Amino acid sequence: MYNLLIGGAAGQGIDTTVSILEKLLRYSGYNVFTTRDLMSRVRGGHNFSLLRFGIEPIHSHSNQLDGIVALDEDTIELHTNQLKDTGFILGDAKLSGFDPRLIRIQMDAMAKVLGNPRVSGSIAVGAVLKLFGESLDNVRAVLQAFVKEPYLDINVKAVEDGYASTETHFSHLHGVYCDQMLISGSKAVALGAICAGLRFYSAYPMSPSTAIMETIASKADKAGIVVEQAEDEIAAIHMALGASYGGARAMTGTSGGGFSLMVEALGLSGMAEIPLVVIDVQRPGPVTGLPTRTEQSDLKFVISASQGEFPRMVIALRNAYDAFYQTMRAFNLAEKYQIPVILLSDQYLGDATFTVDPFNPEKIQIMDPMSEYTENKEYLRYHYSENGISPRLVPGKTEQLVAIDSDEHDERGWITESAEVRTQMMDKRMKKREGLKRELQEPLFIGDNDFETLLIGWGSTWGPIEEAVTLLNKDTNTRYGALVFGDVYPLPVKQLQEKAAKAHHIIDIEQNATGQLADLIRQETGILCESRILKYDGRQISGEEIVERIRKGAVQ
Amino acid sequence: MNAKTFCTYETAWCPGCGNFTILECLKIALEQLDKNPSEVLIAAGIGQAAKTPQYISANAFCGLHGRSLPAAAAAKIANEKLTVIVDTGDGDSYGEGGNHFIHNIRRNVDITHFVHDNQIYGLTKGQASPTSVLGLKTGVQTDGNSNEPLNPVLLAIACGAGFVARAFTGHKEHLISLMKQAITYNGYALVDILQPCVSFNKTNTFAWYNQRVYELDESYNYKNKMNAMQKAMEFGDHIPIGLLYREDKATFHQKNVVLRQGTPLLDKKTDFHYMNELIKSYI
Repeated sequence: MYNLLIGGAAGQGIDTTVSILEKLLRYSGYNVFTTRDLMSRVRGGHNFSLLRFGIEPIHSHSNQLDGIVALDEDTIELHTNQLKDTGFILGDAKLSGFDPRLIRIQMDAMAKVLGNPRVSGSIAVGAVLKLFGESLDNVRAVLQAFVKEPYLDINVKAVEDGYASTETHFSHLHGVYCDQMLISGSKAVALGAICAGLRFYSAYPMSPSTAIMETIASKADKAGIVVEQAEDEIAAIHMALGASYGGARAMTGTSGGGFSLMVEALGLSGMAEIPLVVIDVQRPGPVTGLPTRTEQSDLKFVISASQGEFPRMVIALRNAYDAFYQTMRAFNLAEKYQIPVILLSDQYLGDATFTVDPFNPEKIQIMDPMSEYTENKEYLRYHYSENGISPRLVPGKTEQLVAIDSDEHDERGWITESAEVRTQMMDKRMKKREGLKRELQEPLFIGDNDFETLLIGWGSTWGPIEEAVTLLNKDTNTRYGALVFGDVYPLPVKQLQEKAAKAHHIIDIEQNATGQLADLIRQETGILCESRILKYDGRQISGEEIVERIRKGAVQ
Repeated sequence: MNAKTFCTYETAWCPGCGNFTILECLKIALEQLDKNPSEVLIAAGIGQAAKTPQYISANAFCGLHGRSLPAAAAAKIANEKLTVIVDTGDGDSYGEGGNHFIHNIRRNVDITHFVHDNQIYGLTKGQASPTSVLGLKTGVQTDGNSNEPLNPVLLAIACGAGFVARAFTGHKEHLISLMKQAITYNGYALVDILQPCVSFNKTNTFAWYNQRVYELDESYNYKNKMNAMQKAMEFGDHIPIGLLYREDKATFHQKNVVLRQGTPLLDKKTDFHYMNELIKSYI
């Protein structure tokens, strides 16, 4: 497995260079994982991507580098300390520095000869392929997807020139090609929504959630979806609710700040029992925080957001596989229980590219609302039922009238202040929690069944925790296991209670300052996570960092 | 609920309230337009006027304060066969929902917006609304309202609304006619309906409006925007009521590639072959 960093200033085309490179490596038969570290600016600053590839499955990033592709001097200055002794730094001949690992090629000069300074990224791609002993086989096919026709030839030539400009540095890994997808978490969410029969998506642009709206918008005309950029997040969620009430499967997405504005309407979904899927792609708060960086600090917020009490479901996404299938599942849960289902992603997961088996939408059968009412009784939208779920009709589809109300209401949907009706209606809604508990998926267990120490995490730290457990278990002295939660609210407790009973020591790992899942576990089960590894600097923890903090005893 | 005609249910309004007239006129307008209750959606937020959907047999979306416009617009986007009417108050429409008011004009979804404009907050028992006159004394504005009143019809015309009218509950036939025109107009249509609040607004009474309003006649050209803006600014000793401005504009449905294909959005199905093609594009 090799680990590359490609860095430069915003506007230098790093993202395109990385996207081309990861696709070429994928076509060479490797598993690829790329994470993106961006500054909240359009030009300048320092951005980089970490691209890891190899023949083994890769689910997270590493900060120990085999190579650095430096499009500016800052990249060399900031990252050389992460470079292994055997590594290389690839840069333009003009870059200064005395590191013996520096490989200078005439990127800018070659680009000038080719007649377009913008092709220097393609020259770097060619040089990287050569350094790792890869071929030029798929270059034209891959570039076609990224470069407009008039610029295709010059970019192909640039990759070839870059390839010729240096020597092979590493032993070739011999990837074997098979059909696998290369997709980011946010794009997988968008595909999951489309395959779940999404008809309406409304949102207000907010980093790092916008990629979901952009992906759906780019497919909307063919998929038969209306995407509306709302005037604010309040309108976005109300439009999703109006569309869902009107019979169109609907979703909205945002980050923590936008979610804050959506909070009152989340309660409307709960009270009026309108199915709704909301995704919160988390970033560090409070308020504006670090707009383009990552954190897992909205858990406690989303499980209790909005006044009053109503059933809801919160699912954290752990990887691109989850991002697709759990998004599909979220629509079914929202439809079945007529509740808000909140998906929790974050910048790390949303922007990272994963290699995954091709998605199969047939795995999940999609549920639709009732299309007719055949019973001989008066139609009651909020009929008291055994399981709390009442018959949901779509207005205008039958002769029945469908009334919803944010006020407490009776079975017909009409405003009431009756103490008796209030209690019955609250009980009806809250009864849905029992059904939800039967739907819960237990956390994923990773590691050795004979563990002594149990690591606990949720969502996007799944990849780093998996890597940490593998690294820790290479040392035969202690055995490690881990539980990584996807469904977080209601909290699935069965597997947790079993594993916690066996554990000598439990370490909670979260990207926040307080250990929000650990608190929730304590609240729901009494189980105490004695130690916590917490990180809230906006950068995702790596497997190596978890190992280091455990070994140093740097836990709270 | 199931009904073939638009019945009225017991209300929580004060005797003499203009809301009664608006509700009655709304029912007559819908019946005269031969609408079936099951094809009509009445949406509202919170307030005394916003209780209207509760008192008429139709589909009802009684949502949150100020937020009925985006929800109603999206319900229409979901099912273009529904006749969607937002029927609510001046606080709901212009105060809490001010941002949505502006942007739903730009969106131009084919929905109708009837605003009960009594220049006061009723449900919270008498505070200034966005349309309250300067100097109006209330339990909160104890020294008199110091904020300039919003001119909703002028704002709507300026924002590009294609159908803007003003009505008064004292002129019922006129109101019914405007309601019918607004409902049949293809696009967002606003009717700002002046009405007395017998309990909390002792300034803008029925008599106050009745002495000032006059119906625009055939000599008025509602197609001229500058003319309409000038007319919309008339609010004092004389208040014009009637259709202030009308222009045919492309609606949201006509502008949207997916919606203009004809099938209502809720009846569309994602093509299975397309899903597979989409997944393959990431391989």
